[in-house]
Amino acid sequence: MGVEGIGARVTRKEDKRFITGKGRYTDDIALKDMTQAVFVRSPHAHAKILSIDVSKAKAAPGVVDVLTGADLAGDKIGGLICGWMIHSKDGTPMKAGAHPAIAFDKVRHVGDQVAVVIAETKNQARDAAELVEVEYEVLPAIIDLAGATAPGAPQVHAEAPNNLIYDWEIGDKAATDAALASAARIVTMDIVNNRLSPNPMEPRSAIGSYDEAEEHFTLYNTTQNPHVARLVLSAFVGIAPEHKLRVVAPDVGGGFGAKIFIYPEETVALWASKRIGGRPVKWTADRTEAFLTDCHGRDHVTHAEMGFDANNKIVGFRVHTIANLGAYMSTFSSSVPTYLYATLLSGQYDIPAIHANVEAVYTNTVPVDAYRGAGRPEATYLLERMMETAARELGEDPVELRRKNFITSFPHQTPVIMCYDAGDYEAHMSKALEASDYAGFAARKAESAARGKLRGIGLSCYIEACGIAPSQAVGSLGAGVGLWESAEVRVNPVGSIEILTGSHSHGQGHETTFAQLVNERLGVGINNIQIVHGDTDKVQFGMGTYGSRSGAVGMSAIVKALDKVEAKAKKIAAHLMEASEADIVIENGELKVAGTDKKLPFFQVALAAYTAHNLPAGMEPGLKEGAFYDPSNFTFPSGTYVCEVEVDPETGKVEIMQFVAADDFGNIINPMIVEGQVHGGLAQGIGQALLEGVSYDTESGQLLTGSYMDYTMPRADDVPSFNVMHTKTVCPGNPLGMKGCGEAGAIGSPPAVINAITNAIGVRDISMPATPAKVWAAIHGNA
Amino acid sequence: MYQTTYHRPSSLSEATSLLASASEAKLLAGGQTLIPTMKQRLAAPSNLIDLGRLDELKGITVSGGTVTIGAGTTHYAVSTSADVKSAIPALAKLASGIGDPHVRYAGTIGGSVANDDPAADYPSAVLGLGATVVTNKREIAADDFFLGMFTTALEEDEIIVKFVFPVPTKAAYAKFANPASRYAMAGVFVAVTSGGVRVAVTGAGSNGVFRWADAERALAANFSASALDGLTVDSSELLSDIHGDAAYRANLVKVMGKRAVTAAG
Repeated sequence: MGVEGIGARVTRKEDKRFITGKGRYTDDIALKDMTQAVFVRSPHAHAKILSIDVSKAKAAPGVVDVLTGADLAGDKIGGLICGWMIHSKDGTPMKAGAHPAIAFDKVRHVGDQVAVVIAETKNQARDAAELVEVEYEVLPAIIDLAGATAPGAPQVHAEAPNNLIYDWEIGDKAATDAALASAARIVTMDIVNNRLSPNPMEPRSAIGSYDEAEEHFTLYNTTQNPHVARLVLSAFVGIAPEHKLRVVAPDVGGGFGAKIFIYPEETVALWASKRIGGRPVKWTADRTEAFLTDCHGRDHVTHAEMGFDANNKIVGFRVHTIANLGAYMSTFSSSVPTYLYATLLSGQYDIPAIHANVEAVYTNTVPVDAYRGAGRPEATYLLERMMETAARELGEDPVELRRKNFITSFPHQTPVIMCYDAGDYEAHMSKALEASDYAGFAARKAESAARGKLRGIGLSCYIEACGIAPSQAVGSLGAGVGLWESAEVRVNPVGSIEILTGSHSHGQGHETTFAQLVNERLGVGINNIQIVHGDTDKVQFGMGTYGSRSGAVGMSAIVKALDKVEAKAKKIAAHLMEASEADIVIENGELKVAGTDKKLPFFQVALAAYTAHNLPAGMEPGLKEGAFYDPSNFTFPSGTYVCEVEVDPETGKVEIMQFVAADDFGNIINPMIVEGQVHGGLAQGIGQALLEGVSYDTESGQLLTGSYMDYTMPRADDVPSFNVMHTKTVCPGNPLGMKGCGEAGAIGSPPAVINAITNAIGVRDISMPATPAKVWAAIHGNA
Repeated sequence: MYQTTYHRPSSLSEATSLLASASEAKLLAGGQTLIPTMKQRLAAPSNLIDLGRLDELKGITVSGGTVTIGAGTTHYAVSTSADVKSAIPALAKLASGIGDPHVRYAGTIGGSVANDDPAADYPSAVLGLGATVVTNKREIAADDFFLGMFTTALEEDEIIVKFVFPVPTKAAYAKFANPASRYAMAGVFVAVTSGGVRVAVTGAGSNGVFRWADAERALAANFSASALDGLTVDSSELLSDIHGDAAYRANLVKVMGKRAVTAAG
């Protein structure tokens, strides 16, 4: 390991600009003659639009134009799409209602956009937006997913009778039914996975700019995947052909999934810029709009049964889940409660038969899509709450029950598609138990009891699937796109390097870790390496960052491109040093002839490639190579988390006394950055377990948690100092042996927290978020 | 934010005459509630009169068994004042727990009490200590000042100048913070004063801050946490929301009451 290579704790190159306020975000961009857009949004959860009168707004000071859904339809701008086809178990395709970028017949959730005001200043646009007169016929709304398919429930889309989008299944139903019928003991649970608001620090923003002379659009946008945004806006929304649409994602301040999706405001900003003659149109969400329009996450209710034999080995697992997709099907929403969820229901356990049935429903709420973990937190929460409860009811120690059912040989084919390639679950469980002094818990519990406090401990053994690839596999499951990644390595004549990557960094630290990879291979200092991403005009087509895929997939593409660069550099070096190509080795930034003192610094080889005065016969000048990488499998990070809590029985307040996270991420490029990812994930997972929950008025559909006065974001004093550690089994599926670390913390932590709380207060279940009021009520039998 | 006209008077009399003459005017006394509310377009005063530069509203003095705090004194100044810490440590501690550092550096005691948010901390201290609210027009006893949620005895043209707090024999404040907003879900200020035991509760009441008479009687007989054990808090007059129902708040009032008594010693 070099000081800047793989495994080094290099401080982040990008942090200088971030911590000195020099980051350049979409809202920082001011284009010449730029206008400001403000949306008129529905105050109703469900209503017919009877009429819209924009005349007063159009006459207001500074107003450039006021546009409605009718204008949009008149210009034949297409609606937004859901890019992953799911088929119901009867073979019918999912029933997706239309998703216009501006509603024109009906509004379907509070915050749905009905008009856009474009003005010289944002305040003028706001003032004028209040003058847009919309006449609504308010309809009954369906908010709660549990009643969405009930007869007589309000219908969100005519295309989806009974609000049922699909009724999907996975696994062998007959085998699972038979296994449960023969089980010695069945444990049953009803589990709710609470709805969350993603809350990236930077709200969403879009600037649409149309060049009339070139008939060319540019979109500056807070997106995690600019090429996918361009593809959808071009091929489906119909803004412009791809070569006439440039999408730029400058610095992006957090995403957590919410910035994967193609949102209405981006379409409107582009289209409106053309409508007003090419003046750029900027829209930036305020925090209230973020709560009202950023896609939410989770929101499942599940009934599950797990069967055990007389030796407490799992014989079968039967799951029925209802998933709320909100008022419209967002870009990848259909995949989240299906292939990103039910394929992980085997967890770390050898389960011979699994069957899951998932019904996805429309409701009059904000669309729900992928949020950090996307399906895998829901699977892990269900499974790990089930294992904990089963252990208690079977009278077996939770550790021993897990250990008894662990998968111990690899590869392991689960009954739900996934084939786990590598892992050692005992290794991280032992490490976590030792680090948390699990054996000493009883003494700590007694000490807490002496102070009038209730202490509890809980485990979670999670597995996840990262990378969201290979393309052929996801294609066969309904994905509308391939999920490979691309890279280009451009060596400059002076030996400095640009890496163009289709991955996108919005907090992950790619500018550092990707440079560390290049340093490891070519010995070039990381300050002589520039990572270029987030601009469709600069970077070749790529798929973006989500699903913990930038390391395992994005960096693997860079490895393949580096392989090609290295091969060519060796050829040049061999030619210049009159040696055999096979004898050239690259060490510390030099190309050497093995076993001799002959060597050339890397920059001289680069210069030789570009001067082209003396290259091997027939070789093209230059040193620049590209690659596309499509992995052979998902990667499967896993880990064991131990959470220990102390509950104040008088108030119900939960304090986390210790949190141990032992993760297996395979090989790690920068341990400091990985630890930071785990810390952030744990804070979000603990947030879900203790603090966060989107709440709607179930009658009116008004969002009750529309600001930080009511939506409880985790703060520094809500979380403990984490004890984070790693074990390692190398991933055999990619050249770096990496797994993925971005989502693990959010996936593994919620059940550990709830297992600890239920252990402390002696109840079977408590719903998330376990607020003080809920915990107090549970303790006092009022739950 | 809607258009507003900003005024920055340099004396109390100028502020008073501005308040009398300007239409739809609001006093700005730190702005930690008003400014965010205006930014969300939920408040739209035509005129904003900033009291931030009035020296007459600033300062802390201790004399003759009272602590006098100017209405324009920031939470930070109260929480760090050696005089307050020495005379009424419970008041300094209360101020140190309001909002976050940003709020404490800008927010003022006068702004908080005049706004009378049902979950604000300061009203419980003013009522619990039996302070006198001194305005540009008169003196108002705490018991006559708080009239309900966001409602006080202040008249349209009235400006709080200062608060006169009698120094208690002992006092303490205990609050349970709302997990999201960190305002009080139940904050109980307990004081032993020359006029007897006073117990004021904020955060829980559906009519704002109130005195808990049962607790005052029980503590007058026996000033110990256990004296509250037998009491039940009537939840019919308490707030209920997504963070906790009235029954939970009733419990918190009692638990925080006991903790305040214990802390008072």
